[in-house]
Amino acid sequence: MLLLAFDTATPSVTVALHDGDAVVAEESAVDGRRHGEILAVFIDKVLRSAGAGREDLTAIAVGTGPGPYTGLRAGLVTARVLASALAIRIDGVCSLDVIAAAACAEAARTEAAPTEAARTEAARTEAAPTEAPPTGHGGTDFLVATDARRREVYWARYCAAGQRTDGPQVSRPADLPRGLPVAGHAALMYPELSDRPLNPAFPAAAQLAAISAARLSRGEPAHPAVPLYLRRPDAREPGKPKRVTP
Amino acid sequence: MTGPLVLGIETSCDETGVGLVRGHELLADAVASSVEEHARFGGVVPEVASRAHLEAMVPTVGRALDAAGVRLADVDAIAVTAGPGLAGALLVGVSAAKAYAIATGKPLYGVNHLAAHVAVDQLEHGALPAPAVALLVSGGHSSLLLVPDVAAEVVPLGATIDDAAGEAFDKVARVLGLPFPGGPHIDRAAAAGDRDLIAFPRGKYRDGSYDFSFSGLKTAVARFVEAREAAGEPVPVADVAACFQEAVADVLTRKAVAACRAHGIEHLVIGGGVAANSRLRALAQERCAAAGLQLRVPRPGLCTDNGAMVAALGAELVARGAVASGLDFAADSSLPVTTVTAA
Ligand SMILES: [Zn+2]
Repeated sequence: MLLLAFDTATPSVTVALHDGDAVVAEESAVDGRRHGEILAVFIDKVLRSAGAGREDLTAIAVGTGPGPYTGLRAGLVTARVLASALAIRIDGVCSLDVIAAAACAEAARTEAAPTEAARTEAARTEAAPTEAPPTGHGGTDFLVATDARRREVYWARYCAAGQRTDGPQVSRPADLPRGLPVAGHAALMYPELSDRPLNPAFPAAAQLAAISAARLSRGEPAHPAVPLYLRRPDAREPGKPKRVTP
Repeated sequence: MTGPLVLGIETSCDETGVGLVRGHELLADAVASSVEEHARFGGVVPEVASRAHLEAMVPTVGRALDAAGVRLADVDAIAVTAGPGLAGALLVGVSAAKAYAIATGKPLYGVNHLAAHVAVDQLEHGALPAPAVALLVSGGHSSLLLVPDVAAEVVPLGATIDDAAGEAFDKVARVLGLPFPGGPHIDRAAAAGDRDLIAFPRGKYRDGSYDFSFSGLKTAVARFVEAREAAGEPVPVADVAACFQEAVADVLTRKAVAACRAHGIEHLVIGGGVAANSRLRALAQERCAAAGLQLRVPRPGLCTDNGAMVAALGAELVARGAVASGLDFAADSSLPVTTVTAA
């Protein structure tokens, strides 16, 4: 199999190619204003560097946000078009879950002395582990929070094993649960969110690909590639036209 | 005539347009419009339009391919509106087109929306005479262009200095209590009105420029309506609509004909949503005939924003062997009219 994964829900544009066992090519850049310019170029690049053609792709995985709308849509429309034009599977993954999985994986790597089994488990954090969870975030619940602009954050809560237990939702930073470690770049933008910021700041397509490849290998159906906007469009119905007569 | 088969994608405003064109032949023109979602807001809401583009993109391409009876693999090139237009809306189309280019391995052309409005006439009236003058009028743009070569060189002569013509239609419609979008409703109401009854101002009428101004006209209409209401008299909606429409058509056609004369050009192309207006079409025909000019106006369905116009320009670029845009060009909400192909 050859799975192409990407995420554009944050200022990071990240693309990875996964062959079912491992990531075989990856490109990422943090450039929030140029998603539309970078994404297709990166897709072309990872295919070339893996020596693969578009016809070799067997699945697409895409981050569904939440994220500021414009960039988020660049990823989703790209994923939908590729999946439809190539007639292959498309799997949507919540972008906050990708960050959470990476936070757990890093915890497993850096704090516990990781056995090979633990590392594999951490890389596939979607599966509820039956043994003791990784303890990098102190073995406690943690949050993932990203920038929602307008002084708000997108966020979700995870158990120590990396399962989402609340969210995603959009809130003012002051309204988030206190005292928990926080992954995601909002933890750096709003230091008051937590005295224990966790890595990573942004989702990585390699992690996204691992999540989707694990779903696939477990025979799980794809999740819908539907954007998590979490807000309604700003629009007000007009009142009567303004008078022009003085 | 045969020629390259081109898929065109247009998402600069509220229409998700997908067209398939072979040379000068229109094979399919599929449009999904979010106009009803904008109606209660009295204008296009960019975020609503962008969300609708994402949902409509793949299904609309599917409809166009079905209608044309071709497969995606048959397509020789992909063209997409790179700008000008609403930034978020453009990005959906540009991202989609890049993905189609990756999925098919075919060249991609990011094209100028205004040049595409001119090129679409080739689908109806054959090869465009060069040079031509083009008058493009819609809710988003009002431009007078000199077109030495629609695939390579477009020169701006003038543009609106305030409201776009179509915007003036929408605002006057609101003042008259008519629904959004204003153009078709004003046209319909005007049919029963006397277009010579009220002399509304014609902005920049005699200034010798090719620029337009519709803001003063819009205010004059509002003032007229308010005066009637203040006097407790009924507002003669049909007459106001007819006289407003007359003022717009008069100033647009007068300047377009003057531009043709000044540049010694015999062909005038009119495009954009406002080109669907019956009075603009009639007056343009009348004045072009009197001035010995050939008028080319595509049918209304091709004047409004659509994918066929983008495919038409794309087909022209492919036929000329123009250099493709690559995968890294940006959607540019203020793409200058002089840039026909994005690089
Ligand atoms: Zn237009």
